[in-house]
Amino acid sequence: MKKAEFQLETVTCPSCIKKIESTLNKTEGVDSAKVLFSSSKVKAEFDESKISAEKIKEVISNLGYSVLSSKIS
Amino acid sequence: MIRHINKHKNHITAISGILIALGFIFGLSGYKDLKGIVLIAATAIAATPIVIKAFQAIRMKVFSIELLVTLAVIGALYIGEYIESSVVTFLFLFGDYLEARTLEKTRSSLKSLIDMAPQEATVIREGRKVTVPVEEVVKDDRVIIRSGGKVPVDGRIISGKASLNEASVTGEPVPAFKKVDDKVFSGTIIDNGYIEIEAEKVGDDTTFARIIELVEEAQESKSKAEKFLDKFAEIYTPAVVVLSVIVYAVTRNLHLAITFLVIACPGALVIGAPVSNVAGIGNGAKNGVLIKGGEVMDKLSRVHTIVFDKTGTLTKGKPEVTDIKTLKSYNANELLRLSAEAETISEHHLGHTIIKEAKAKKLNIKGEGVSGEVVKGHGIIARVEGHMLAIGNRKLMDEQNISISDEASDYALNREKKGNTAIFAAIDGEVAGIISIADRIREDAKMALAEMKNNGVRRIVMLTGDNKHTAGLVADELGLDEFHGELLPEDKVEFIKRLKSKGRIVAMAGDGINDAPAIATADIGLAMGEGGTDVSMETADLVLMADKLMQFSHAYSLSKATIRNMKQNIFFAVAVVFVLLSGVLSGYVNLASGMFIHEASVLVVILNAMRLIGFNSKSIREERNYKMSADDYK
Repeated sequence: MKKAEFQLETVTCPSCIKKIESTLNKTEGVDSAKVLFSSSKVKAEFDESKISAEKIKEVISNLGYSVLSSKIS
Repeated sequence: MIRHINKHKNHITAISGILIALGFIFGLSGYKDLKGIVLIAATAIAATPIVIKAFQAIRMKVFSIELLVTLAVIGALYIGEYIESSVVTFLFLFGDYLEARTLEKTRSSLKSLIDMAPQEATVIREGRKVTVPVEEVVKDDRVIIRSGGKVPVDGRIISGKASLNEASVTGEPVPAFKKVDDKVFSGTIIDNGYIEIEAEKVGDDTTFARIIELVEEAQESKSKAEKFLDKFAEIYTPAVVVLSVIVYAVTRNLHLAITFLVIACPGALVIGAPVSNVAGIGNGAKNGVLIKGGEVMDKLSRVHTIVFDKTGTLTKGKPEVTDIKTLKSYNANELLRLSAEAETISEHHLGHTIIKEAKAKKLNIKGEGVSGEVVKGHGIIARVEGHMLAIGNRKLMDEQNISISDEASDYALNREKKGNTAIFAAIDGEVAGIISIADRIREDAKMALAEMKNNGVRRIVMLTGDNKHTAGLVADELGLDEFHGELLPEDKVEFIKRLKSKGRIVAMAGDGINDAPAIATADIGLAMGEGGTDVSMETADLVLMADKLMQFSHAYSLSKATIRNMKQNIFFAVAVVFVLLSGVLSGYVNLASGMFIHEASVLVVILNAMRLIGFNSKSIREERNYKMSADDYK
């Protein structure tokens, strides 16, 4: 299980949180995903044998939110 | 392509705004057809980024606000309402832009903290100075920081000295002076001086990094009110969508149904409470108080009783020399110097206090050539520079057959009544002076407690393991409502449980180790005496970075202001929902004005929350003033 933190561009609408969280939580291999609204960050725990951090980043970008930086631990 | 459109969203907004204005001008000058074309163009341009987002969400099989707006706009175009379609799309984008700008402001407190994060460090590697990115500093690295530089990691000074601005960690504006063996924190800035430190905590483990992480998490942790609003919004949006379908089915009025879709965006309702919290918690962080989330904020604002531990919480927890009375020809400094020299053979904490005081007065204590013995429970006898010294309590004087004059005896009694320990210092068989030592009450305690009382705390109670006499003196001095002495840690827990069973909200401030159970039992726990250590930051609900009671008072006023602000926002948001719903049903609110009210209400709650950023309670102001005048005095 790995943890990733993505810094997004400023998230403004509260509905974006729902959108990103529910999409990620449906994604295969993502164990849990949380959007930190006030700091515009996404924290996700994922199974690296099923999905890569790069792939998660892609999912977020595909939703229309550009990822500025990411940190994996 | 998509990225390109998103990047130019602001330009798109501006262009569509201009086109709408143009459309109105054409309309007024009678060019009806031209007006229609221009407005359709404005709609098409502004709708592009919205439709893209809606499509992206659909592809992932998730619902989005953009989808609602897209449907509404398609509907408006279908029934030929070009003004509404263009105004709705424009307002949606423009609102988003304004919200991003203003939200940034409410988040600015935290951002200004993050911006203080150090970027690079100068370390000594293989005997050479190299500058590396801060991420590459490892534990035990030797790091050099010059005047004006930022401390890159947490560490211990191994050489040099400096005055440091620690505002980023403690919220204290006055520089702290640090020397060898003192700890320095990442993110603090050297005002003046030069130091070399040994890295102890690096990367995400530094106090600074953890503060930021805690604040970020606190801003997300929701209060009950917020959770309720989230639930409400979750029901509200689909309910309005269903309602719009029903309205259409019943009335066959597509226009009305579409209007419902637009107002279904729950804007102010969802954002109202969190923005207040974010701004409030941000304000706290900037002033050196970490408030761990909306729930703590809420409870703190409703605190009934505050329970304090005595030693280290209301008092400094470190005994200090409060007075030196001379009775013979020796002056105070000389008496202190000889006594300190003699005490170098002692292990007793009162002895250490005397030595510390002598060193603070820059007296030269050699600690060599002193011979003597410790008389357990009484004091010491020592030979210093040819003099025989006996330093200790009355019993030691009696034992050594040293007579205590009435003057000395009265004086000592008087000091003891004021909460001091009186230590007799006899030189060559005569009492030469009396050194008073006491654990002093924190300078800001009285002011902070009075202020909290003033602002609405009902009872302030002190619980201590110390004897009743000393406890009584402190309680009197501070004007407490109630105090209990000679308590064990479990007695304190019992006491708090009893208060809670009476339905009172209790805050407990104590030292992090032996008061930990009581702190955990209370509704709000606060660890003092070690601001910013791992334990207190992890377990406490409230962390005072600079260990100042005035910060506690600020946190209390801040929580009240934040909750008040949040209530205003919630009330306003709910009112807007009703205005919109009834407005739409009665036909007063159409698509465009519905969107306008919606966006405006979101801005209003954000602007209201922004007031909290600058909230500057009396405690913080007074603290600053006090510091200023203290500095002048120096």
